[in-house]
Amino acid sequence: MGFTETLWTALDAIRNHRMRSILTMLGIVIGISSVVVTVGLGQGAQDDVRKEIASLGSNLLIVSPGSSTSSTGTRGGFGSSTTLTLSDADSIADSSVVPDVKRVAPVASTSVSLVNGSTNWTSQLVGTTSAWQQVRNRTLSAGRFFTAAEVASGANVTVLGSDTVSELFSGQSPVGQTVTVDGQQLTVIGVLKSSGTSSTSSLTGSSSSSSSTGSSDDDQAVVPITTEQRISGTTSTALSTVYVEAKSSATLSAAYQEIDSLLLNLHSITSSSDADFQIATQDSLLSAANSTNKTLTVLLAGVAAISLLVGGIGVMNIMLVSVTERIKEIGLRKALGATPSAIRRQFLLEASILGLLGGMIGAALGVGIAMALPSLISQSVTVSPVALGAAVGVALGLGVGFGVYPASRAAALTPIQALRSE
Amino acid sequence: MTTTLAAPDRSALGRPTIELHDVRKTYVMGTQEVHALAGVDARIDEGEYVAVIGPSGSGKSTLMNVLGCLDIPTGGQYLLDGEDVSHMNEAQLADVRNRKIGFVFQQFHLLATMSAQRNVELPLVYAGVPAHERHERSLRALERVGLVERADHRPNELSGGQQQRVAVARALVTEPAMILADEPTGNLDSSSTEDVLGLFRELHAAGRTIVLITHEHEVAEEADRILVMKDGELT
Ligand SMILES: Nc1ncnc2c1ncn2[C@@H]1O[C@H](COP(=O)(O)OP(=O)(O)OP(=O)(O)O)[C@@H](O)[C@H]1O
Ligand SMILES: [Mg+2]
Repeated sequence: MGFTETLWTALDAIRNHRMRSILTMLGIVIGISSVVVTVGLGQGAQDDVRKEIASLGSNLLIVSPGSSTSSTGTRGGFGSSTTLTLSDADSIADSSVVPDVKRVAPVASTSVSLVNGSTNWTSQLVGTTSAWQQVRNRTLSAGRFFTAAEVASGANVTVLGSDTVSELFSGQSPVGQTVTVDGQQLTVIGVLKSSGTSSTSSLTGSSSSSSSTGSSDDDQAVVPITTEQRISGTTSTALSTVYVEAKSSATLSAAYQEIDSLLLNLHSITSSSDADFQIATQDSLLSAANSTNKTLTVLLAGVAAISLLVGGIGVMNIMLVSVTERIKEIGLRKALGATPSAIRRQFLLEASILGLLGGMIGAALGVGIAMALPSLISQSVTVSPVALGAAVGVALGLGVGFGVYPASRAAALTPIQALRSE
Repeated sequence: MTTTLAAPDRSALGRPTIELHDVRKTYVMGTQEVHALAGVDARIDEGEYVAVIGPSGSGKSTLMNVLGCLDIPTGGQYLLDGEDVSHMNEAQLADVRNRKIGFVFQQFHLLATMSAQRNVELPLVYAGVPAHERHERSLRALERVGLVERADHRPNELSGGQQQRVAVARALVTEPAMILADEPTGNLDSSSTEDVLGLFRELHAAGRTIVLITHEHEVAEEADRILVMKDGELT
C-alpha cells in the first residue's frame, strides 16, 4: 500500500472519529501553545532588558555608591549613601588622571512633586551636568538641553521626560511654560524623546543603575545639579550615580581600571573588597539581568514541557483506545491483505497527523496569545520562528513517539484474533 | 456477465489447490485442551465446489481460518497451490490472502464508515492497484452482484442480503482462484440466500475454487462434493 493510500486511510479515520481526534489534539494544542508563550515571555523579557541597557548610552560605565560583599549584599542604601561625591566625579573627569574617559555626568536625584497649575505629578528630579545628554545618548523631541553656564549659575530650567510631559501638560507643548517644584518655578526648555523602553522594572533586580533610584527614563525632570541641590536643600554633595562614557569600546576596561584605582585612592581604601562604590558596565548589567530571567524561563519551560508530556500521553491513550475500538477493522484489513507494516504505518501516520495538526494549531494559538499579551501585562513576548518550528517538530515527534506503541500493538494482532473479538 | 472474470485455464483442472496432511489445531484453555482440528487430511482441486457441513463446534470455522491463512495450525502440513504456508511470515501470508483468496463471512464484516464501493476496493488497495483502476474494477464487481446503483451507500443503508452481496463483490474483485465462505447465508432469508448461492454458482461456472461452510443441507446440495466434519475430523 502506497503512502497516499495510507495517508487517506489515516485521514478517513481522523475524520470519522472527529470528537476523539479533537480531544486528542487538545492536549498537544495546550502543551505547544504554553511552550510558545512561556519561551516567548522569557525571550521578550530579555529583549526588553537588552534594549533598556543599550538605551543607557554607549561605552558606558555606571558608578554608584555602596559596596557589595558576598555575605551582606549591598551595604548602604542608594541616595542615603554619601560615599560618592561631586568631587569624585570631578576627579574622574580629569583627563590627566583618567585618560580613557570621554565625558562624565554626575547625577543626584530626589523624588519631588511637580505642579503645573492644578495638575500634580510625583516624579524624579534628576540633577546633573550638561554632559548628561551625550553620555546617556538621549535626543530631544523639542527645545534644547541646558548648558554648562546654566549649570554653573544654577539656572531654574528643566528638561522633562516624555511621560512627565503627557502627565503634566496633557499634550500641549510645554517648552517655555513653567512647572513648580517646592515653590521654585522651573522654566521647561526641552523635552526628551522617549527612550523606547517600557520601564525600569526589569532592571530593579540589578544592584546598580540609574533606574534603581526608582525613576523611569521617560518620567523625570532633568535639571542642573546646582539647581537640584538648592531645591532638595542639602548641603552635601552626595551623588546617586556617576555616568562615565569611555572614549571607545576598546578602552572601556582600561577606563574601568582607572576609575577603580582612582576612587580607591581618593577614598583611602587599600583592599578592593572594601570598596564603598561599585562600577557596572552594560555587559555586567545584562548578564545579571539575564541570569535572573533565565531561571524563570527554565522554570516556565519546565512546566510547559510537563504539559506537553501529558499531551503526548493523551495521544497514546487515545491511540490505544482507537486500536481497541477498531480491532475488528484491523482484523478485516489483515484478512484482505494488509501486512503488519501497513497497519503499523496507518496508525503511526494517524498519530503523527494528530500531533502535527495539534502542533500547528497550538503554535498559532501561542502566537495569538503572544500578540495579545503585551497589551495586558505590559511585557513584550518575542516569538522566534526557530522556537515555533521546534515546537511543531516536538508535537510531530510526540505523535510519532507515543503512536509507536499502539501502532505495533495493532500490527501484532493475528487476523483471526482481531476478527473474532467483540 | 462472465466476461469480467477471466476463466482459469480449464486444462489445469484436477490439479490440487489445497492439500491438508494431518492438520491439527489445539486450543489450550487452562488445563483443558480443545482439539478443534484433530488431524485433518483433505485435498481440494482447482475449480472444485466443496461444501463442509457438521454440527456446531465440530471445527468448521477453524478449518476455514486455517485454509484462509487467517490462523496458523498447531500441527500438520498445509500446501496452498503446492506451497507450504507454515513457513511463511505474516507479511507473506497477507500477500497470499490478498492474491489468492476471497473471503465471505457470516457477519459480512464490512467497514461501517465506508461506502459499498470503497469497501469493495479495499483488497485492491492492499494489492497496490492504482486508484482509477480500483474504482473501475470495484464498480464492475458491484455490477456483477447487481448493486452498482448502491455503490455510494454505506453498509447501514443496505439490507442484510445486499450487504452480503457487497461482501461477495469484495471477495471476487481481486479475481482470486479460491473463494472461502463461512456460513455466508447464515444471517439471510431464503430469497437473499438464493441470490448469494446464485452468485457462487456463476463463480463456480467461471472456474473458481469454492469452499462453502454451512449448517444447512439444502445449501450444501449446491456443491459438487460434501465434506462432513465431526469432532475436529473429516469423515
Ligand atoms: N479461540 C478459541 N479458543 C478456544 N477454543 C476455541 C477457539 N475457537 C474455537 N474454539 C473451539 O474449537 C471448537 C471448534 O470451533 P469452531 O468455531 O471451528 O466450530 P464450528 O464448527 O464453526 O461451529 P459453528 O457451526 O457453531 O460455527 C469449539 O469447541 C470451540 O469451542
Ligand atoms: Mg463456525
